[in-house]
Amino acid sequence: MALFPDPFGTISSLQQALDAFRSSGWLASSPSGGGSYPPLNMFRKGDDFIIITEVPGINKADLELQVKGNTIRLAGTKRVSYPEKASLHRRERLAGRFDRAVTLPVQIDADGVKAECRDGILALFLPRAERDKPKSIQIA
Amino acid sequence: MAAEQELAVRDKKELVSKDEKASPGRYFIPYADIYETEDALTVVMEMPGVEKQALDIGVERDVVKVDGRIDFSKYDGMDPVYTEYNVGHYTRSFTLSNKIDQEQISAQLDDGVLTLTLPKAKEAQPRKIAIG
Repeated sequence: MALFPDPFGTISSLQQALDAFRSSGWLASSPSGGGSYPPLNMFRKGDDFIIITEVPGINKADLELQVKGNTIRLAGTKRVSYPEKASLHRRERLAGRFDRAVTLPVQIDADGVKAECRDGILALFLPRAERDKPKSIQIA
Repeated sequence: MAAEQELAVRDKKELVSKDEKASPGRYFIPYADIYETEDALTVVMEMPGVEKQALDIGVERDVVKVDGRIDFSKYDGMDPVYTEYNVGHYTRSFTLSNKIDQEQISAQLDDGVLTLTLPKAKEAQPRKIAIG
């Protein structure tokens, strides 16, 4: 509950954002291009890939999904709201903006990408591009 | 003014208990926010992947226990290639004070977020005293 507008609001939120990048796994060796939230799991089903990530409390309007080449970009805002006159006893949920890009080592068919968001789980179905499918080799 | 806690990746807290469960599966503790308004205490918990029919909420001896199970059959046929988080069931329990009207507890599950409303018993609600 804000009694006065925070005069240091812009400075502290900028500094917090910069700190978040320094302590995030962004510069560590990982496939993610930017940021590390939301954590995702990537699965392979046959030749295609499926990315599953947990986005509890985020509704579809706040989620932005883009595909370019073999890169998937997932951005959005996670909001946590409380009624006006509530007194907070415990706060464990985090909220904020996220923007993450993942580059796959294989080519995907951008037109065939399907996304489904249900019960706080976002599932991305990424079909492999025909030209990139491996060829089975018979062993004589 | 409470600053908004920045979004960061956190490992799920796993439930470690002395008693073992008979069914397989790891249990994690969902993150919860607890806030209080004039007429109720509300607990908001994040349990992504839990559907309504897999959610079990019970009150026993002043303890409200929330148990949400994940349907692992959705992962059939999928081989993990790269993982950043683990998947498991969720459970958390809270001890209620006598200020809560246990009969009127209600719950709502949306997008993997469970909102548990614990209304305060009539005696515990703030009463305005009229001045004669």
